[in-house]
Amino acid sequence: MSDLPRNAGHPLDLDVVRAIRVNRSAAERRAVTIPTRRTVKKEWQAAWLLKAITLMDLTTLSGDDTAGNVTRLCAKARHPLRDEIVDALGARSLRVRVGAVCVYHQLVEPALQALDGSGIPVAAVSTGFPAGLSPFAQRLAEIHASVKAGAKEIDIVITRAHVLTGDWRALYDEVKAFRAACGDAHLKTILATGELATLTNVARASWVAMQAGADFIKTSTGKEGTNATLPVSLVMVRQIREYASVTGFKVGYKPAGGIRTAKQSLDYLLLIKEELGNRWLQPDLFRFGASGLLTDIERQLEHFVTGRYAATHHQPMP
Amino acid sequence: MLKVAEIFKTMDYGPAPESDVEARAWLAGHGAKFGHFVNGAWVRAGTTFDVIDPSTNTHLAKVTQGSAKDVAVAVAAARKAFRSWSRLSAHARARHLYALARMVQKHSRLFAVIESMDNGKSIRETRDLDIPLVARHFYHHAGWAQLMPTEFAGYGPLGVVGQIIPWNFPLLMLAWKVAPALAAGNTVVLKPAEFTPLSALLFAELAAEAGLPPGVLNIVTGDGRTGAALVEHPDVDKIAFTGSTDVGRVIRRATAGSDKKLSLELGGKSPFIVYEDADLDGVVEGVVDAIWLNQGQVCCAGSRLLVQEGIHDRLMDKIRARMEKLRVGKPLDKAVDMGAIVAPEQLERITQLVKQGQAEGAVMWQPSWSVPTRGCFYPPTLFTNVAPASTIAQVEIFGPVLVAMSFRTPEESVALANNTPFGLAASVWTENINLALDVAPKLKAGVVWVNATNLFDAAAGFGGYRESGYGREGGREGMWEYVRNVVGPVRTGKAAKAVVPSVVRSVVASQLTAPVSGLPPVDRTPKLFIGGKQTRSDSGYSRAVLGPKGARIGEVGEGNRKDLRNAVAAAHAAAQSWSKSTAHLRAQILYYIGENLDARAEEFAARLRLQVGATAAEARREVEASVSRLFTYAAWADKWDGAVHQVPIRGIALAMHEAIGVVAVVAPDESPLLGFVSTVAPLLATGNAVVVVPSEPHPLSATDLYTVFESSDVPGGAVNIVTGAKDVLAKSLADHDDVEGIWYWGTKEGKKAVEFASAGNMKRTWCQGRATDWTGPIDERAFLRETTQIKNIWVPYGE
Repeated sequence: MSDLPRNAGHPLDLDVVRAIRVNRSAAERRAVTIPTRRTVKKEWQAAWLLKAITLMDLTTLSGDDTAGNVTRLCAKARHPLRDEIVDALGARSLRVRVGAVCVYHQLVEPALQALDGSGIPVAAVSTGFPAGLSPFAQRLAEIHASVKAGAKEIDIVITRAHVLTGDWRALYDEVKAFRAACGDAHLKTILATGELATLTNVARASWVAMQAGADFIKTSTGKEGTNATLPVSLVMVRQIREYASVTGFKVGYKPAGGIRTAKQSLDYLLLIKEELGNRWLQPDLFRFGASGLLTDIERQLEHFVTGRYAATHHQPMP
Repeated sequence: MLKVAEIFKTMDYGPAPESDVEARAWLAGHGAKFGHFVNGAWVRAGTTFDVIDPSTNTHLAKVTQGSAKDVAVAVAAARKAFRSWSRLSAHARARHLYALARMVQKHSRLFAVIESMDNGKSIRETRDLDIPLVARHFYHHAGWAQLMPTEFAGYGPLGVVGQIIPWNFPLLMLAWKVAPALAAGNTVVLKPAEFTPLSALLFAELAAEAGLPPGVLNIVTGDGRTGAALVEHPDVDKIAFTGSTDVGRVIRRATAGSDKKLSLELGGKSPFIVYEDADLDGVVEGVVDAIWLNQGQVCCAGSRLLVQEGIHDRLMDKIRARMEKLRVGKPLDKAVDMGAIVAPEQLERITQLVKQGQAEGAVMWQPSWSVPTRGCFYPPTLFTNVAPASTIAQVEIFGPVLVAMSFRTPEESVALANNTPFGLAASVWTENINLALDVAPKLKAGVVWVNATNLFDAAAGFGGYRESGYGREGGREGMWEYVRNVVGPVRTGKAAKAVVPSVVRSVVASQLTAPVSGLPPVDRTPKLFIGGKQTRSDSGYSRAVLGPKGARIGEVGEGNRKDLRNAVAAAHAAAQSWSKSTAHLRAQILYYIGENLDARAEEFAARLRLQVGATAAEARREVEASVSRLFTYAAWADKWDGAVHQVPIRGIALAMHEAIGVVAVVAPDESPLLGFVSTVAPLLATGNAVVVVPSEPHPLSATDLYTVFESSDVPGGAVNIVTGAKDVLAKSLADHDDVEGIWYWGTKEGKKAVEFASAGNMKRTWCQGRATDWTGPIDERAFLRETTQIKNIWVPYGE
């Protein structure tokens, strides 16, 4: 999958963590101009949207998930675009498919079955998702169970209280324990940024999670009041950049929640390209956590191919 | 369509062109040839020059070179229109300005494209910054037009305003000039820059379509000669200019002695100060906004990067990494950061200065990629190892060139920041609010952005300190530049000397000075008053003071330029602490002066009678009025509040009144005591230190004040008094580059000489060539406005 060395982590450096300051207004000004300073049109837009599909963790995280709807989702993951669109784009050789399918633990098994032979990994949300407040041992056991069930990626949630009280040691130890529990499975650390109050907290939590060995840092569960935003993403990817320059390890980034339109997905890709560079525009370093995004991308690609605005009901539903 | 699969692998950017079809259609509709726009209609094109698209060096249009006659025709049209325009109701004018705002919005993309083609700046900037700010400016000023009767009660328009604007923000500068002028009821003749006249012509045409009456806004195109004709036209009541400091000086001199009001927005070399606790990633983007906005062709560009030493190298690494990511290319490409430099001449200037910087030993760095070879392009450039002494650290490059220096302490950062003749803007980056709000007032700059840069809004004033010019554009403070008091202060309209009471009273000098004892009188020859001490004049000469009948009533020191030099130095020494003292303390001292003057009222009244032959009652009234005026400005001292502007950010823009610093006062001859007090007291109230040349014929009331000041806790140096030949001393003060403002009451010739000489350091002038009736009510706020300049401190917040 990836030619990169895994993030081996770094001893907790509280001096670095506490020295981090994010100026919110400055971050917002930068975030708001990223989509106005850059844009991609025509073939470039089509190519970038295809790329966005490959960077997608196609996700369902609902209380009413069943083997049935997860199987449907997996079918869509394997075959995200109608063949005539793929052909019209001249993109068959790219074998476009989504980055992963992301589900609750109970649905790992049906997902694996449905994805069998596709090479698409299954990601499981874990550790008392979404609040992360179940007993610690239970949260570790949950990771073990999902890894054992075959999940290749584990999306954990952190204890927000550690951030809000500035207990960086506790956060570090928690994530480090989760990472150890993952074994070979990749760890995505959900910070639940919508509940961390400030961008400075987001930056500090990102840094601690990376020092503790996170393979990815991720914004949200999709269940918080505010999910992924460009300013939050800007702050997190800047920490990734800084961490890479200090340790040499490239950590991945996953914005999740609220990314529903093709235009939004392009904005994120622009952000990543500008702040981190092209290397991060690959599935081993970037994912969208999304459910509805794919349908809009399909519509935009159909429009590019046909010149006509497309209808949602023309796209096969997940 | 192999292409999509290829791009998928490279994830490169592609072209994203904005269409120029509509813009070219507009040009073609005019045969790509333009006359002036005067009196609501196009004038036939005369001798023309070419307008170029600098991104391709291709021809866009031909535009007329305005002659003095063309200017005169436009001024006449504006004068004629002024009669009806100025008499329109405030609401009617508000409707017109509102219509202009709507007009700009309705044609926003056409304006954005024309501007980009003509200037070379990116369509992103014209679309997202220039044109929205233009519309915002007209909306805001539609408001001022509506509110004129109440918010500027007693004030009315000036008349015909001549406006000369630069090429870097062509339409935005038009808006900054035209909107307040029209809102206040003036009519306008505007000359756009020769490089970029198109958006002004388009604006005038569409404004006429939007119903703006003929003659209210006239556009005359041309080069500097056209501008000079406008500046020199006798029927122009005000000149507003934005451009280089050199041209600003020429205009200051050309308008000296005329009664033209003047506002100048000139060059800058603005500091961008980064403290070690700043959010460095935020700083990097601030740098991009500061020096790579509009290819760095911004008067308030943060072109001097001052970085605390401990973070210098880290920040430079981050900036260099960011520079690699910038994109320079076709201005109409929606995905470039920088477009073209405005013209080959400007490109050449930038190139030369960069070479000079390298020759002087600074280290230049540019990104690895190269800029287009066709057209006027220059890459973003960073200089490190720059000393304050190097040319590139001092002169305005007006290009995408950043020079970086380090500092050790906040104190040193302020010293470096202020180590420039300019004073337009400054940017301060720290997460420590104590530091930010400590440093901001210490910076000599009209605009300070905290953790931000290049923020503009119609509600906040913009303008410079020092040689960056004077006057403000935007907000309430900007409106003052376009109005005049139509009820007072009362001027007699006669020459200053004529005010000396004509009735010769039968007061004999000896009656007032004769000792009671029969002994010979004790000599009371006042010295000069410098640095709180009574000092002998450098010249060693004295001058006689004559009474109204010509009798010698005393002598004063003959001050010269060395005395003034010492006085200015003493004033500077005092200005630091005096300006920082609390307003309450300054009020207390002014009250105390009043108290001590009152205690000696009879003596001062007698002195007035001796000097000007006033009746006992007149003299007593003048002393009483002087005490009252001291009380007035003591009262104002802690009430001359600034404002918090309603700018469209999450944050505040503090409009602070700051003392000008060291101000020279050439005091009026009329009312020797009251005239002195009326001019000196407001300056002291707001924290200025003053060097006063008292009335030449009647200086004794001023010299008598030495002991009043001494007994009233006035800090040494806050008030300095040098007696002598008025216009000689006035000229020396106007020539002095460390005097920051000068007030002059005297003759027309004296006013002209002072205004002319003031161009040396672009000191603020307030000169009256006519006498003032000091006994009547005066416009106290007008005086206070002249004692201060407004600094807008933008503080975005949010954690």
